Amino acid sequence: GALTLAALPMPVFAATADVDAAIAEFTGGAEMGADGIILTAPEIAENGNTVPIEVSAPGAAAIMVLATGNPTPKVGTINFGPLAAAQFASTRIRLAGTQDVMAIARMQDGSFVQASAEVKVTIGGCGG
Amino acid sequence: GNWSRLSAQQSITQDDLLSFDTTGNVSLIHITDIHAQLVPVWFREPQINLGVGDAAGQPPHLTGADFLQRYGIEPNSSAQYALSYPDFAALAGEYGRMGGVDRIATVVNAIRADRPDALLLDGGDTWQGSLTALRTDGQDMVNVFNALRPDAMTAHWEFTLGIERVMDIVENHLEFPLLGANIFDVEWDEPAFEPFKMFERGGVQVAVIGQAFPYMPIANPGYMFPDLSFGVREARMAEVVQQARDAGAEAVVVLSHNGFDVDRKMAANVPGIDVILTGHTHDALPEPLLVGKTHLIASGSHGKFVSRLDLDVRDGEVKSVAHKLIPIFADVIAPDPQMSALVEEQRAPFADDLAEVLGKTDSLLYRRGNFNGTWDDLICQALLEEREADIALSPGFRWGASVLPGQDITREDLMNATAMSYPEAYRTEMTGEMLHTILEDVADNLFHPDPYYQQGGDMVRVGGMGYRIDIGKPQGSRITEMTVLTTGEAIDPARSYAVAGWASVNPEVEGPPIWDVVEAYIKREGTVSVAPNTSVVVDGA
Amino acid sequence: MADGVKPRVRVPKEASAGEAIQIKTLISHPMESGQRKDDDGNTIPRSIINRFTVEFEGENVIDVMLEPAISTNPYFEFEATVPTSGTFVFTWYDDDGDVYTEEKAITVA
Ligand SMILES: [Mn+2]
Ligand SMILES: [Mn+2]
Repeated sequence: GALTLAALPMPVFAATADVDAAIAEFTGGAEMGADGIILTAPEIAENGNTVPIEVSAPGAAAIMVLATGNPTPKVGTINFGPLAAAQFASTRIRLAGTQDVMAIARMQDGSFVQASAEVKVTIGGCGG
Repeated sequence: GNWSRLSAQQSITQDDLLSFDTTGNVSLIHITDIHAQLVPVWFREPQINLGVGDAAGQPPHLTGADFLQRYGIEPNSSAQYALSYPDFAALAGEYGRMGGVDRIATVVNAIRADRPDALLLDGGDTWQGSLTALRTDGQDMVNVFNALRPDAMTAHWEFTLGIERVMDIVENHLEFPLLGANIFDVEWDEPAFEPFKMFERGGVQVAVIGQAFPYMPIANPGYMFPDLSFGVREARMAEVVQQARDAGAEAVVVLSHNGFDVDRKMAANVPGIDVILTGHTHDALPEPLLVGKTHLIASGSHGKFVSRLDLDVRDGEVKSVAHKLIPIFADVIAPDPQMSALVEEQRAPFADDLAEVLGKTDSLLYRRGNFNGTWDDLICQALLEEREADIALSPGFRWGASVLPGQDITREDLMNATAMSYPEAYRTEMTGEMLHTILEDVADNLFHPDPYYQQGGDMVRVGGMGYRIDIGKPQGSRITEMTVLTTGEAIDPARSYAVAGWASVNPEVEGPPIWDVVEAYIKREGTVSVAPNTSVVVDGA
Repeated sequence: MADGVKPRVRVPKEASAGEAIQIKTLISHPMESGQRKDDDGNTIPRSIINRFTVEFEGENVIDVMLEPAISTNPYFEFEATVPTSGTFVFTWYDDDGDVYTEEKAITVA
């Protein structure tokens, strides 16, 4: 057809249990702060199959990324070695629909901080 | 109404329109969204233009009486005609067409006579929207704008000529830069166009940053420019503003195609921008809108207006601004003869086609407005009948000139409402559920409370079906009471309907170009009449 | 193994000692998620790059665990510190056991 839907243009949600389990696995259930981590993502995905995201958390040992609306929420974990000049990385991810992307950093002192960003996946069309 | 005021037309003079107390040391001239209109047109401003979130009830989301009151515009004045919709057809007869690049040239030349180094900046949507631009792949507009000598432009619909043609124009034809700080290559995520250009004007450094339409591959076919990525990229804008300041900019101007509400948010979030020359949403505002220290300028569309902005830049900052939105009344401003000749040269090869009469209209044909316009009602009717569909969809484009009641509809008029590079009129089956999903998606792209999530044009226009919309609700629950108009039956989520539409952003769409469909319909009807559309009920406004 | 797998990296040729440099990497790979079905309705088995590491003269820069939600042709951009002249080693680990490597030398002036 003329209008085929590659991804759902409606908000999607993974099973909360899956998201919670992925978080718990990474944090061990520790409290998460909100300062010291920046997640940058486009407000609207140009293509749900390849959405650029950027995470930055100065002083992080590792950053885990979750797509909270994907059938399988885990996206990846970046561990920073001694020669990482910044606790920063940029990659491209798949999103099954409009949802929050979440990044959680494990800081070198063992504490955790998190940030999330809503990314909209839309059918598009209709320019001004 | 006070119709005696209409005689005021006699008293409007070119000198009045151009008068300006030159001030400061830098002049900016802004034109945007001309949509390839080389000659004067009719263009009715929207009746419904709803703002949501922080923009609710704020300019530019004021229309009719609210707009006239806010800006102190007299009833039935030339300003009402130019800036608003009430009594449009009657006032059009009185005040005449607006725009025309030869009249714009006269205004630009007059400003340059005053301030020879004035910066002329084009906000884009320049190379698309007419028969001649379509047939020449934008070359007519490139030729004419080269003669107008802008200092820079940015872009949106330009990219629907396809990236090869855009690069051909930028590299081989365009005599000024196309700026786009937010255009990146997809593979390595590196800037693909110049982000800004520094100009020395009146002894000060003025940085002009380009911001192309952020939602390019979403609102228009991404396959036409597959290697480019856009986006609002607020952090990138902040970085480029800083780069410009570090390079010595004393005034920072963003030549933007974000759309007004996106610019309002960007102005609030990104420090250091003195002026945003807004575009894309086709708003014409008689005064700048101040957000923090940033002046937002809205210069309309279709060549109806040129903005002049004089800046007093001293001690590394903008001390004051003086502004005028200059209406281009085609019967008042004398055309520039050289530009008239150049415009004529572009149109001559197509003169017969442009002038061909297809039929006549009893009704005012216009497009602009959030939900429907008579042009799209006509297009939807043509789609329903010519393609034997249950439901028709026509995209909520903001471009498209008007035709007055009683006038002939020429091929030029039809192409002014349809000319673009992916015009295929498709016919397909869709379930009621899918139709609902599409309406919800498009509505969210217009009424999401955060402007950075608004990618769209106006609401998709629908033929054969009515619905109720609550613009204040979240996505998924705005659209209710979808109804088949002919039977009054509710749309069945599970049933399949024959849907005809045009301008799909998907590749390999099949069907005749939309102008052929509408032409056949107009010719068959002879004279078209479009009844007022009451099929969309709006709540939450 | 996945067909046509080809790594590409962008590293500056020179840097000053201790400078933070930007590195970009791409590897052409389908990143088959294991959730798609073929035309006959059979699930296409998962086949992804599951780990990506970067080392400089034996010291780690980043070590990434990838899941199927990483897009086709995995891309990473990050920053590294280069204490001396030496060689970066980039390693991608495929589900099927294949390992792809790329090396880039950098001169510290
Ligand atoms: Mn436009
Ligand atoms: Mn536009």
